[in-house]
Amino acid sequence: MSRVLVGVKRVIDYAVKVRVKPDHSGVVTDGVKHSMNPFCEIAVEEAVKLKEKKLFKEVVAVSCGPAQATETIRTALAMGCDRGIHVEVTGKDYESLGPLQVSKIFAALAKKEEASLVILGKQAIDDDCNQTGQMTAALLDWPQGTFASEVEIEGDKVKVVREIDGGLETIKINMPAVVTADLRLNTPRYATLPNIMKAKKKKIANMKPADLGVDIVSRLEVLRVDEPPTRLAGVKVETVDDLVAKLKESGTI
Amino acid sequence: MCLGISSHQFSEHVGTHWRAGLERVIPAFRSVCGEDGVSLSEAVREQHGRDESVHRCCPPDVVVWPRSVEEVSALAKICHHHCLPIIPFGTGTGLEGGVGAVEGGVCFSLRNMDRVLDVHQEDFDVTVEPGVTRKALNSYLRDTGLWFPVDPGADASLCGMAATSASGTNAVRYGTMRENVLNLEVVLADGTIIHTAGRGRRTRKTSAGYNLTNLFVGSEGTLGLITKTTLRLYGVPEAMVSAVCTFPSVQAAVDSTVQVLQAGVPIARIEFLDDVMIDACNRFNSLSYPVAPTLFLEFHGSEKSLEEQVTVTEEITRDNSGSDFNWARDAETRGRLWKARHDAWYAALALRPGCKAYSTDVCVPLSHLPQIIVETKEDLVLNRLTGPIAGHVGDGNFHCIMVMDPNDQDEVTRVQEFTERLARRALALDGTCTGEHGVGLGKRALLREEMGPMAIEVMQGLKATLDPKNLMNPGKVL
Repeated sequence: MSRVLVGVKRVIDYAVKVRVKPDHSGVVTDGVKHSMNPFCEIAVEEAVKLKEKKLFKEVVAVSCGPAQATETIRTALAMGCDRGIHVEVTGKDYESLGPLQVSKIFAALAKKEEASLVILGKQAIDDDCNQTGQMTAALLDWPQGTFASEVEIEGDKVKVVREIDGGLETIKINMPAVVTADLRLNTPRYATLPNIMKAKKKKIANMKPADLGVDIVSRLEVLRVDEPPTRLAGVKVETVDDLVAKLKESGTI
Repeated sequence: MCLGISSHQFSEHVGTHWRAGLERVIPAFRSVCGEDGVSLSEAVREQHGRDESVHRCCPPDVVVWPRSVEEVSALAKICHHHCLPIIPFGTGTGLEGGVGAVEGGVCFSLRNMDRVLDVHQEDFDVTVEPGVTRKALNSYLRDTGLWFPVDPGADASLCGMAATSASGTNAVRYGTMRENVLNLEVVLADGTIIHTAGRGRRTRKTSAGYNLTNLFVGSEGTLGLITKTTLRLYGVPEAMVSAVCTFPSVQAAVDSTVQVLQAGVPIARIEFLDDVMIDACNRFNSLSYPVAPTLFLEFHGSEKSLEEQVTVTEEITRDNSGSDFNWARDAETRGRLWKARHDAWYAALALRPGCKAYSTDVCVPLSHLPQIIVETKEDLVLNRLTGPIAGHVGDGNFHCIMVMDPNDQDEVTRVQEFTERLARRALALDGTCTGEHGVGLGKRALLREEMGPMAIEVMQGLKATLDPKNLMNPGKVL
């Protein structure tokens, strides 16, 4: 019961106005501010809190991607993770990297690191897939507590309060388990300068998916990316009768 | 001082009355900032003619959205040629009517210039455009370990905060905009672009030439349009502790404040709420603070230093008959402790539903604070006014939240007169009529009293030099 694995993803910062590339093959990422996926921040915060409560001995932050992914790992280290693992994926492989491949990587690492708990953000704000946590649990044949708004360790079990459409669902699952963090789980701490300095000394191991025996060939091909249709201007009318006429005209009523 | 809330007039700015020359310049504006960058619609103009103050809406004749400093300069040149007033607009969160286009003119809405440029982590500085707000910047900086601490409450434009020399609850530790602006890029009324400390310069100190940067800080758009500001950043505090303490008298609370500062405690926030305000907060939030002068404190630092800070402060409050000293370390409990202070404005408004609130803003040397607060409270009671008090007691700055019925002309007049008496009371105690909100529309006469005729003449000379046609935000400050 000693180790927590946390996945962190480097995404375009939530405050950036995303633009589609002129060739519609994707979105513009060059020169655009990137940061840690907000749900991953919440996952890191939860893992660090659990360690601070002395329920776990070590928190390992993992990210898959090109060299810049180490920046995201460093932020996780500054928030309190003990060490990092950078799984290097570059170029076209990175462009086609998706939840299935990432969950294979996390599953392999969870076994290799003998993790008791894997905590991920519920989804990434770039693809909004909401699949990696669930797939990771399935590949490992571990129980999962997704959309967590509360996590409590009770012996060798985890009590998770899940946010679902109808309200809140409380489940108790055996460890080892996968948990995905939802918005209200916690408020992530800001990285402070002294912690950023300390983080520079923490270790980040480097490896490739092949080292874990994982094949990252994608089964998906992105055909085209488009912006949402531009919102048309509204039409003003003078009277209620005009309004009714217009609604009838457009077939709405 | 003019509150002007008894009538809601648009007078000569509505409909098809055009200021001479305006119809000629609209195509010129469009050629600078695009078809979408110019608006004559009534709704848009109204939106840009008001801020968070009680001053009535004075919509401009046209609103333009430049996208770069070059466009700002080109637009200013056009306005200068046609003698059209120029009103800079950031977020419209000011409290003194600073964006009201009292002589009509062109509102330059700068919100589309919203880039954070050049974060220099090791140098603790950043440069931002006018569309960047305080919260947006701090969010942008969140993984650098740095933040910009000046916090006036609203999520204001940082360039706007520079223009009004804004302050906030943690000025006692981190200073106001005056201490934290290193450089400005400014467009003057004739389109000239200047860098007040030289282009790109961002040293922590300088002795080079006249301090143009601080001339423009606080000029409230009357000397030029601020298109970039270079700000001093600070390290995010490692940890925070919040505390609350009750006192038997205003004097005891202020004495404690003075002693805490003298003891060298680097206190981050020290806020005062009077008994009327505490009572309002109790009612509003169903809390049960003792109804008495109360201090809300916040400490920033490392775990060890926090322990020391809190211990020293608690002792001081006890020596001044303070009681019910409660403190908290975790974010949630801190939030609950400070809830009264955070909701003060709304709690005051809730005392009399349907009313409006106006905040006074005087500031005096700390040693005079007990006297002015006591005299002010007597004035409030004597004149049957609702004015709970919240103050940045570490700076000697306090606000009476005047809750009044805008339709009761008698009350409005009494509030007006009270506010003028309060300002004069502060001036008589070596103070200022505005600690952080600015002069804007309503305090120009008080500014003259505060500065004296000679200093005002110098200010007018500077204004005449930089803006001889008086196009920059006319009717404000001077």
